[in-house]
Amino acid sequence: MSNNSQDSKPKFAMYWAAACGGCEIAVLNIHEGILDVDANFDVVFWPVAMDTKYKDVEAMEDGSITLCLFNGAIRNDENAEMAHLLRRKAKILVAFGSCACEGCIPGLANLYSKQAMLDTVFSTLTTDNPQGIRPQIAFQAPEGELSIPYLFDTVRPLDHVVRVDYYIPGCPPESPQIAAVVGLVIQALRGEAQLPPVGSVLGVGNSTVCDECPRKRSEKIITEFRRMATYQPNSTDCLLEQGILCSGLATRSGCQARCPSANMPCIGCYGPAAGVVDQGARMMSAVASVVGSNDPKEIERIMDGIVDPAGTFYRFSLPASLLGHARVG
Amino acid sequence: MPTNGFEPVIVGFTCNWCSYRAADTAGMARIKYAPNVRLIRLMCSGRLDPQFVLKALADGADGVFISGCHPGDCHYIEQNYKTIRRYELLKKTLTGLGIEDARVKLVWASAAEGAIFADEIDKMVAEVKALGPLNWKGSKP
Repeated sequence: MSNNSQDSKPKFAMYWAAACGGCEIAVLNIHEGILDVDANFDVVFWPVAMDTKYKDVEAMEDGSITLCLFNGAIRNDENAEMAHLLRRKAKILVAFGSCACEGCIPGLANLYSKQAMLDTVFSTLTTDNPQGIRPQIAFQAPEGELSIPYLFDTVRPLDHVVRVDYYIPGCPPESPQIAAVVGLVIQALRGEAQLPPVGSVLGVGNSTVCDECPRKRSEKIITEFRRMATYQPNSTDCLLEQGILCSGLATRSGCQARCPSANMPCIGCYGPAAGVVDQGARMMSAVASVVGSNDPKEIERIMDGIVDPAGTFYRFSLPASLLGHARVG
Repeated sequence: MPTNGFEPVIVGFTCNWCSYRAADTAGMARIKYAPNVRLIRLMCSGRLDPQFVLKALADGADGVFISGCHPGDCHYIEQNYKTIRRYELLKKTLTGLGIEDARVKLVWASAAEGAIFADEIDKMVAEVKALGPLNWKGSKP
């Protein structure tokens, strides 16, 4: 991938740790913008798109990768090792996507013990595993010892493991936002723009999803929570006002309120709004404020309509929240 | 009660108008109660952001004591009703995170109820002692 003319180009890498692959799709969804990436960067490492090996990265000079988009959470020692390696090799390390920023859906594993999670995966009635086989860290095969990564007790966001320069949240980040950030980095490399201060959250708005939401808002007084599976909300009024638990009020803007626009509630993938430490706590606070009763018994009845509050309020941010995980075992 | 010398750390949030004055009343009446609570005065129990409680628990508290004016007596008319709702939701969420109900308690105390305030703290300290230390370990390194 490198000849003499390309050697002078800044180097680009993208890696996935505990992730689903949606972030890479979102990058490819910048369409012809990907040609700008190719024109301006030498892509040196991107396991999803090209065949490079970890040892190729190890052989690179420290700091020689200009931009590394790191998606995925850290849940095993391979993830952690790659986080440290790419931190060493990259000038700009970006926590890319909700998993790297806050832990995201893989982070919901933090509600359970590692043992309980493995039991669910390998030993439930619906799993065909008569011999009760479990993955082993090391296995002695005739060809030699085979090993797989060691699974940690908890899932962590990238910045709990290494220093991170920028954050691009979202599950996945919206493609136009990615294109804008990539464009900004290219401009900065040409000296035509300044990079934002280290630690900034990029490709986002400064407010909450509610601010981008086209739905009509009036006074919020909720007397019953409803679920999408059993209730069809109208397509014009605020979903929360219709009793659908919508995370828009605690979630950072930047997605153009895509889910509420499609008649589905915001589930919080852009992470906590600016200035909020704990997205779940902000949701609790906001939801409690709009429950329409002052009677303790009635309040309890209304709140009972919220199924699995911990999993709902922390759907995308449990590992990065104040508590970080449930108390297990 | 076997406590093995464990003295729980409890962070207490009081409101400026009733429960902080209840603590004052308890002091002036020289009522003895467990010294485990570190009181923080807010203007109103309705100011209590659930983040305060989570941060206290994450950073080493074994329990959180929340107190305010009786329902109907709020200096800010009805903010303590908001407290009831937040507390209800917070408790349900904490249950989902494996934290026992007794570690986070909501108590009403008027400025005159120093004895009740002291008694509730004693009760809570005993309950948390029975539960043992929380020893929260966050996911941060």
